[in-house]
Amino acid sequence: MKQKSVAVVGAAETTQMGKIPNQSQLALHADAALNAMADAGLTAKDIDGVATAGDSPVETAHYLGITPTWVDGTSVGGCSFMLHVRHAAAAINEGLCNTVLITHAESGRSRVGARRFSRDPQSQQGQFEVPYGITNPPSMFTIPALRYMKTYGVTEEDVAMVAVIQREWAAKNPRASFRDLITVDDVLNSRMISWPFRLLMCCLVTDGGGALILTSAERAKDFPQKPVYILGTGESVETPMVSQMEDFTTSKAFRVSGKKAFDEAGIKHSDVDHLMIYDAFAHLPIYGLEDLGFCERGEGAAFIRERNTAPGGKLPLNTNGGGLSYMHSGMYGMYALQESVRQMRGIAPAQVPDAKISIAHGVGGMFASSGTIVFSNEAP
Amino acid sequence: MADYKRPLPQPTPETQHFWDGCRDGEIRLQRCKTCNHTYFPPRDFCPACSAREVEVVKASGKATLYSYVINHRPRPDFGEEPHSIAVVQLEEGPRMMTNIVDCPQTPEALELDMPLEVTFEKATDEISLPKFRPAK
Repeated sequence: MKQKSVAVVGAAETTQMGKIPNQSQLALHADAALNAMADAGLTAKDIDGVATAGDSPVETAHYLGITPTWVDGTSVGGCSFMLHVRHAAAAINEGLCNTVLITHAESGRSRVGARRFSRDPQSQQGQFEVPYGITNPPSMFTIPALRYMKTYGVTEEDVAMVAVIQREWAAKNPRASFRDLITVDDVLNSRMISWPFRLLMCCLVTDGGGALILTSAERAKDFPQKPVYILGTGESVETPMVSQMEDFTTSKAFRVSGKKAFDEAGIKHSDVDHLMIYDAFAHLPIYGLEDLGFCERGEGAAFIRERNTAPGGKLPLNTNGGGLSYMHSGMYGMYALQESVRQMRGIAPAQVPDAKISIAHGVGGMFASSGTIVFSNEAP
Repeated sequence: MADYKRPLPQPTPETQHFWDGCRDGEIRLQRCKTCNHTYFPPRDFCPACSAREVEVVKASGKATLYSYVINHRPRPDFGEEPHSIAVVQLEEGPRMMTNIVDCPQTPEALELDMPLEVTFEKATDEISLPKFRPAK
């Protein structure tokens, strides 16, 4: 895409976060959308593009009273919202619409009006993975990690350290679900979920949502909030089955999406002030750091252990506390984007001083898909 | 076995040969007649070169342990004890998900790269699942 041709002019999460039994999933979509519209000084009649994942954009558009000229229902897992941002930028540049609303909501914990999770026994996963006892992400997303750990000599303590350091960020965030500091021993002594993964190496399951509003950079200047420009974007997919990943020590979708986003943005790694890597489980930031090129292969865990991504480190990572400590409703990508926007606006609870470039990198499914957005707060 | 309580695969036309093979006690992979690529899961064309001329080949049943987890979350249909969910590397190259059986479900007993051999677990008259055990 053309650098800084499109900007985020509205961004908000749901009013409540965590456990919200008094609102359905659809109502959470609307709550996030209304908060983002208020943030941008708009109402539904100003929106002409709608995107969402999991649920149908037809449902959210109609529920909110929007008549769009562009919709995107790309639903490739928790990074779908990164892909929506990318597709929306292209649509706005092509003149298909002017003002796009992207919503996410999930009653992940309370399960009010939430989709049922089922796998067709005729699907590839239904035939070749489900019969072996995979239940949900903790028994699937974790499977590659042991191969990675053996290949690079990474220990369970190293993986636990990812959760420990992210909790340090969460401690600075009043909206984070878990804010008490933890130790490596706390992580290793927490309940075994799917060896070698303990409870505190797995993301939360919460209720919530978020929404973004995008428009052309030219129009963005006239909105109430400081525009956050899209500098580069990437996306890719690899496989619907974790067992069929090309290499268990690296994500092809991460590498392809990340490189595309860096190429579009025309930046070096040293230009990046702030980074979000979707952390459904504690090994993901390690893979992300390596596959995005911030570290050499096998060095991601040491990079985190040496506090480069911790408060005060040179590459602040997952500064909201991440899916491990902030919140994770099921499709976390939206919250990574929200934190990048907050950092670029300069209003994050754990604000990185003078941050000018932020990257939000998402995963979908079990290493199935990926989307990467590079943000800048400097006007074109 | 009407008492089989776990999820079962439902073959499609493109995968029927694989499940027929498991019922008959062998793993059937596919190989491209153009580029010689051997692959899994089944499909009626080559994912490496897009050629449609492919053949079914019998695998040796030998494999090594590529990666795994030991699931501790409740799965009453898999019994009360934690159980492995593994990905094995077949001698012919492709990988597949499976369970490692006939050995303790512990990190000590399950060493990456250990040699394995296939064993078939009969679920119904039509479906047997390929599982792997330490090679003798």
